[in-house]
Order: sequence, then structure tokens, then C-alpha cells
Amino acid sequence: MDLALQIIASGLLTGGIYALLAVGLTLIFGVLRVVNFAHGEFMMLGMYGAFWMWALWDIDPYLSVFAVVPAIFGLGLLTDRLIIKRTIGAPEVTVVFATLGLSILLQNAALTVFSADTRSVTTGYTGTALSFGEVRVSIPMLISFVVAIGLALALWAFLSRTRFGKAIQATAQNRDAAALMGINVQRVYMMTYAIAVAGAGAMGAIAAPVFSVYPRVGLSFVITAFVIVVLGGLGSVLGAVIAALLVGLVQSVVGFLVGAAWAEIAYFVLFIAVLVLRPQGLFGRRGAEVYQGA
Amino acid sequence: MALLEIDGLSVHYGDMRALAAVSLEVEEGEAVTVLGANAAGKTTLLRAISGLVPCSGGSITFEGQEITHSPAHERVERGLVQVPEGRLVFPFLSVLDNLRLGAYTPRARPQQEESLAFALELFPRLQERAQQMARSLSGGEQQMLALERALMTRPRVLMLDEPSLGLAPLLVREVMDRITAIHQEGVTVLIVEQNVAQTLKLVDRGSVLENGEIALEGTAEELQASDEVRRAYLGI
Ligand SMILES: Nc1ncnc2c1ncn2[C@@H]1O[C@H](COP(=O)(O)OP(=O)(O)OP(=O)(O)O)[C@@H](O)[C@H]1O
Ligand SMILES: [Mg+2]
Repeated sequence: MDLALQIIASGLLTGGIYALLAVGLTLIFGVLRVVNFAHGEFMMLGMYGAFWMWALWDIDPYLSVFAVVPAIFGLGLLTDRLIIKRTIGAPEVTVVFATLGLSILLQNAALTVFSADTRSVTTGYTGTALSFGEVRVSIPMLISFVVAIGLALALWAFLSRTRFGKAIQATAQNRDAAALMGINVQRVYMMTYAIAVAGAGAMGAIAAPVFSVYPRVGLSFVITAFVIVVLGGLGSVLGAVIAALLVGLVQSVVGFLVGAAWAEIAYFVLFIAVLVLRPQGLFGRRGAEVYQGA
Repeated sequence: MALLEIDGLSVHYGDMRALAAVSLEVEEGEAVTVLGANAAGKTTLLRAISGLVPCSGGSITFEGQEITHSPAHERVERGLVQVPEGRLVFPFLSVLDNLRLGAYTPRARPQQEESLAFALELFPRLQERAQQMARSLSGGEQQMLALERALMTRPRVLMLDEPSLGLAPLLVREVMDRITAIHQEGVTVLIVEQNVAQTLKLVDRGSVLENGEIALEGTAEELQASDEVRRAYLGI
């Protein structure tokens, strides 16, 4: 019983951290219709930001979030201006090459500047754990989980409660109609992109106490995040959060029962099963991806 | 000077010319129609005026200011507003959110609650379904929603692209009556409609578009009497 709880707890904790990466990815897809292959690299930059602030100035990684988020947000605005904006309306391959190119560029920039070394943050709480009976929960994992889920839900609340959030939803549902309401669609795109990649940066910073950082670290995370996004339903923020928890759970359960090597295969099987049974994903709307334009 | 002046406007889709040097003027307080067969370029003209498709030549002037290349949202802020073909309500937002988004611009925002109360009073059916997603509305209700949402922007010129498309005759009447009322309240109207007989009762003047060019112009009475219009659009 305790063992089962232990497996469930660690699965949910990992899943929760993924949620923050996945909501940004699903948001960019839902609003801009852009598959952001560079998403993992913004997370990587967030991790390096946290690492260097810790290494150079001894700043706690959780505090570095307050510097990382505005910095990556600014970088997101710039990226939209210089690259993403120019691909809107272009053939899909152009968009894919643009974000894939950006991903490779950022990876190699990190390789040049930071070298290929794997670096880790060690703090006073590294390796500490809380015990609930026999169940042990890593403290940094728990903090990262709470922050990640908190930020993902804050994003959801922003989208569903605020005026600008509704303008973002309106733009996602019909770009032309949004423009006819006086919504500045270009600005919505720019802000959405920046908010989403800032989320990836925040995820990087809060993952720094738990995971090591190296130039290609974003890749392994973003592949899982893509699976989560499709599972949750393209463009569905709440769906991405729930799918993230589900994927973490499946990874953990299968990793324990069958072996770690099978864990990844398991969620791909889950992924394919969902797509066969429910092509729009768990929480997606059938055909939501074609609501753009007239 | 006219409120809205379109001068020699051309639009291309790739190599295909959809509008060729179209000129049109709409005076303050007028109601004007653009007639034309399928694919004549009516929607293209309204989309170009709204800034949803780029112009390849000519100019658009609104209140004496050239807006040919200004972004779509700025034109709405100025009061140049459109109810597009196919209504285009936001399907997964509530009726209330759809309406509120109509008052998104800084100019319309201060009067949001006032405009909202007015629209809901006028259409109790929208009031009843205020919290439901817009896609759950019937076609007629969606058209009313699109119309009231556009009015929330406080338009000076309201362009309508086939507002009665796909509606039952009774609803067509209701929509056309509402447009008449809007016009009588002082809003300048530019309307594209298949329902030519009813439209000619509403408007002062009209132009006929053929293959992206203006083929004929005249007052409502002149168009009503024209053989060409009678044959092609009134089926007489
Ligand atoms: N986005 C587009 N890309 C390419 N061609 C287009 C596009 N939109 C319209 N066209 C073409 O431009 C021409 C004019 O189309 P438009 O929609 O303006 O006509 P319309 O008069 O509104 O027709 P309808 O009465 O059917 O609504 C048509 O030949 C149409 O096929
Ligand atoms: Mg049309």
C-alpha cells in the first residue's frame, strides 16, 4: 500500500513539473497555430539562468524565478518580433523550419557559451525529503511541483478571467472576428508567445534543484511535453495540466512494474490509444484546430 | 467630403485579381448596398475596407484620413466596423463574453455595460442564454449576437456581409428590421445582401459589382427600375 502511494506520489510530482512546459506549448499552438520546437530551449535557458545565479551569487534557484521569468519574457517578445511574426500565414514547413532552426541555434549558442558540461545545483535542501509514514517525498520535488502547478493554474485563470485573456481566447477561436472587435491580433500573438516561453523559463528555473542542466536538456523534456499536449487536446490548457499528471503517473507506475526502459514506451502507447479512441485528445474539441479565419 | 471614400481600390489573391479599381463613396448617415453575383468580389471589398486583406492599389479614406494600410483593429477603433459573412461568433466563449469583446476598444469600453444592457433587453433570447457558449445558439440567434456584438463597438459605419444568409424568412425580416432601426438611429450602413428586394427598400443608393469591377451605380429607385438588376437579382 505504502509502496503504491510512493509510486503514485513520485509520478504526480514529475508530471506536475511537466505541466508548466506543456501549457505554454499548447497555448502557442492554440493561439498562433505555431508548433514551437524551440520551447524546450527556453526551459534550458531558464535552467542555466538559475544555475549561474546560484553558482556566481549563491541565489536560491526558487528565488531566481523572479529574474528568469522577466528575462525570458523579454526574449520571447524579441523572438516573436524577429522570427515568429514573419512566419504567420506562411506555409507550415516555413514555421517548422523557423522554430526548429531557432531550437538548434539556441542549443549551439548554449554549447559555445556554457560548454557541453553537465551542471547541477546543490543547495541545503538537495536530497532532503518529507516522510508521510513510509512514503518519502523529496522536498525540492514537492516545491517545484507546487510552483509549477500553481503557475499553470494561474495562467489558466488569466485566460479565463481577464479581459486580455478573453481576447487571447477570441483570437484563437477566430482571428478575423477578433480583429473586427478591435483586438490587435499581432500584439495578442506576441504576448501569448512571450507568456508561454516565460512559463518554460520558469519551469527551467524551478527544475534546476532537481535536474541537471546541459545544452540539450530541453529536448528530452519537450518531447514528453508534445505527447502531453496532444493527449490533453491541442490548445487546451487545463487538458495539458491533467495529461501531464497522467503521463507522470504512467511513467512512474510502468517504470516500477516493468522497468524504467518501458516507461517511455508506455506513455507512447497511452498516447496512441487516446488518439485512436478520442482523436481530439482528452479535453480537446473536435475540429478546434480549424476554427481559425473565415 | 464623404465619410468613407474608396478610390480605385484593387485587391489580388496571388496572381488573381479580385477587385479592379473599385471606387465607392458613402456619405454620413446614408445606407448603401453593393450587389453582385457569387464570386463578384463583394466580400473581398468589405474585407479590404476592414483591413483583413491587403490592397494592391488605390486608397481608402475614412473621415478624411487615409487608412489604406492601417491595421484592422485601428479601423474598428475609428468606428469602421463589420459584421462578417458567416457571422463568426466566438464559438467557445459565452454569449456575454462575445458581447463584451465588442466593447474591447478604448473608445467603446466606457459604455460597455450600457450597451450590453441595451442589447440584452432588445433580445431576451440572448439574455436567457447569456452564460451559454455561442455555438449552442441557433443560426438566427448567432446572427443577432454578431449584430449586437458589432454594435457594442459603437460603429459610425456598419458594414454587413450577407446578414440574412441561411435564415428562415421570418428571421430574415427580423434581421432586416433591426438593420433598418440601426440605420435610423444614425449609423451609416454599407450592406451586401442576396435579399435584393428587401435591401433596396432599406438603402438610398447602390453599386453593382461584376468580376471585381463596378458595372452599374444608382439610387435605390434607379436600381429597382433597371432591367439588368431586375433580371439578375430580383428575378423579375
Ligand atoms: N482567400 C482567398 N484566396 C484566393 N481567392 C479568393 C479568396 N477569397 C476569395 N477569393 C476569390 O475572389 C473572388 C471574389 O470572392 P468574394 O468572396 O469576394 O466574392 P463574393 O462576391 O463575396 O461572393 P459570394 O456571393 O459567394 O459571397 C472569387 O473568385 C473567390 O474565389
Ligand atoms: Mg461573399
